[in-house]
Parts: sequence; C-alpha cells; structure tokens
Amino acid sequence: MVQFLQVDSAQKAQENPEYKAALTELLFQLADDDFILAYRGSEWLGLAPHIEEDVAFSSMSQDMMGHAVMHYELLDELGLGKADDLAQLRKPEEFRNVILAERKNGSGEYNDAPKYDWAYAIARHFVYGSIKQVKLEALRESSYQKLSFVSRKMLTEHRYHMMHWQVWMKQLANSTDDAKQKLEAALEKVWVDAGELFSYGKQAATIVGFGIVASEESLREKWYASMQQKFTEIGLNWPGDLGIPAESGRDGQHTPDLANALQTLSEVYVLDPQASW
Amino acid sequence: MPYEMSAVTEEKCWELLEEVKDPEMPVVSMVEMGMIHQVKVSDDMVTVEVLPTFVGCPALDMMKNDISNKLKGLAGVKEINVSFVYQPPWTSDRISNEGREKLKTLGIVTPPPQQDDTWQVACPYCDSPYTHVENLFGPAACRSILYCRHCKNPFEALKPIYE
Repeated sequence: MVQFLQVDSAQKAQENPEYKAALTELLFQLADDDFILAYRGSEWLGLAPHIEEDVAFSSMSQDMMGHAVMHYELLDELGLGKADDLAQLRKPEEFRNVILAERKNGSGEYNDAPKYDWAYAIARHFVYGSIKQVKLEALRESSYQKLSFVSRKMLTEHRYHMMHWQVWMKQLANSTDDAKQKLEAALEKVWVDAGELFSYGKQAATIVGFGIVASEESLREKWYASMQQKFTEIGLNWPGDLGIPAESGRDGQHTPDLANALQTLSEVYVLDPQASW
Repeated sequence: MPYEMSAVTEEKCWELLEEVKDPEMPVVSMVEMGMIHQVKVSDDMVTVEVLPTFVGCPALDMMKNDISNKLKGLAGVKEINVSFVYQPPWTSDRISNEGREKLKTLGIVTPPPQQDDTWQVACPYCDSPYTHVENLFGPAACRSILYCRHCKNPFEALKPIYE
C-alpha cells in the first residue's frame, strides 16, 4: 500500500509549493462547484412548486453555500485571499466550477419572466449530489487533514439532501407520463455535462499523486455501480455514459451563464468590498 | 484576594459560557448544545473552540460575537480567540439532558442520544408516537417540521446528526 504524507496544517502545506498548488486547485474546484450551484438553487426562492419545497430547497442551498465557505476558508488559510473576496471578486475565467453547475435554471431571468424547469432542477441536483457523495467519501481519507475533517462534516448534512432528491426522482419517475417524460428529457440534458464532475483538471496527476483525493477513475467506477442500481430501483432506463461539455470549466472556460451569475451575485459586494457586514 | 485581581480560570470561562444562548433557540446555552469543544486559558489570552452544528448556519457569526462579548467582561483578559473546529464533528449525542428538556419546552424534539436507523419522534406536547415528518427541512438548517396526528399540533425536531 502506498503511504501518503500527512499534512496537518496550512503551514505544512505551504512548505511544499507543489503540494500547495495541487491542493489549491482542488479546493477551488470543490468551492466553486458548490458555490455556483447553490446560487442557482437560491434562484428558485419563491418559485418552487409548493411552499414546503421552497423551504427545503433554500435550506439545502444554504447548506451548500456553507460548504463552499468552508473550502474558501481553507484557501484563505493557505494565503489565497479573504473568503468573501474569493467568492465575489474573481473573474469568470478564474472560476474552476463545472459547466453543469452554471447552466441557467431555464429560460428568462429570476426577476424577469422566469420559466424555470423543475425537472432539470431535480435531475441536476440529484446527479450532482450523487457524485458529490462519492467525492466526499473519498475526501474523508485526504492527505490534507483539514480537508478530511470538513468533508466528514459535510457528509452529515449532505445525507439529507440526497434523501430529498431521491424522493423527488422516485415520485416524478412514477407519476404521470408527462412527469416521466420531462424527467427523462432533463436527465438527458444533465447527462451531456455531468462527466466533467469527475475531472480534477490539468493538475489531476499531482492532486491524486499527493493523496489529496482518490483517482478520477476510482470515483467514476464507484458512482456508475451505485447509480445504475438506483436507476433500476427508481424505474428509469440507464442513459449510458456521461458526456463532457465543449467548454472546460476546470480550465476556466465558461459559458456566458457564469458571467451573468457572477455579476448578479456580487452586485452588492463590489459596491464596497471593504464594508463590514 | 479581591475578585478583580483573581486570575482567569477555565472554570470561570465555562461558567460564563453557560449564559451564552443559541441565538435561534434561546432557551438553551451553547454549552448545553454541546457546541463548546475546548476552552484554554494562557496568561491573559482565552481561546474557545466551537463545533458548528450546521456549517451554513447564519447564526454562527452571532455566536462568535456573543462568546467574545461575554468573556470580555472577565478581569485580566486581554485577548479572546473564538474559532470553529470540525474535529471532533458535532453530533446529536452532544446535547446535554438539561438541553434536551429545555428544547422540549420550546416544542423542539431532540434526536435519541444513540444512533438509530429509524427516526422515531414522540410529540413534545402529548408524547404520542403517532407523528409524521412534514418537511425534512425547516425554519433553520438544523431543524425539521413534524406534525402530531394525535393532538394535531405541528412541532419541530432537530435533525439527527451522527458520523
């Protein structure tokens, strides 16, 4: 068995520039994925199908925003800058989130005729969440001890999100033909993007080599096995292999959807980044 | 020795922390919630390590300030460091028995002290087990909304958090 070094403080991580670079890259991916998708979730506020769902969806988006904060704070400790600045002042090309997280909720804008797609919201969060689950499980064993601790913490909360999305998947798949068709169409849309979630970008070899997280292949294998079984349980046909979008979010290539989202979410913060809240 | 001159002790800090309430459930203290992990005193510096229940909880910053403000009054303290730590993770079994009783008076049920595969919740008002979960997600990140079919009262429960 390969023994990885154990890094138990930010200071130790900083002593090894190669380790720090790999860790930083992965932390931005994890933080940006959760942050941007939590923002998309927050855009459902007041628009979810019923009031209890409105409460549930906002609560989960709030949890996810909290998870992003934990990652940004780890970056802060590594000397990358204040967590708030990292979230709100970076340019789109500095973001490392996957394209799946930044896609708009549907047509229209939040405050201008939003025609959002609920089936897409369910499919996206379910697939994203199930990949986040295998990633968090792998991160429990991270060579960066602080990342291992926060991942354990996130898993306790994430468990409830997965319960929620699974209930919705089952219900949509087993209700009317219309619901099932909409869900299948949404899954198809999610499927073409979701493969990118298994990518650690250009630094994958170093990230895995340092034992910061298990390999892309091992996570993918685990996910396929558990997901195929879930689809059978839910009563859905397996859509096949996951695709990868044309833009590579992990390399900072994004769709205009991200730039729009960042402009809206940081609108107040950029007025006066020094203001105290 | 007059009180003003006495050295700061960890014991004294814990006593004061008993008075710092959970901002969203003000009947219980953060000590009763099991959220205070450690208090360390060295000379004129106090360090408090806090375990968050849910990390996205907007009350976390308030808690941090409340702790600082409470300890500031201690004679001989120059510096107070309050930080959130994730090891050990906060789990439901950390809530004290007193805390459990007090939450019940607010109509909030706490999870069983031991992990259980099924989540059985008795109504905080009539003790009936004839209850159901209306929404896993409630008014705060840590709570769910339930309903008692026996006495027909809505109530809340803290989500079980175990490792």
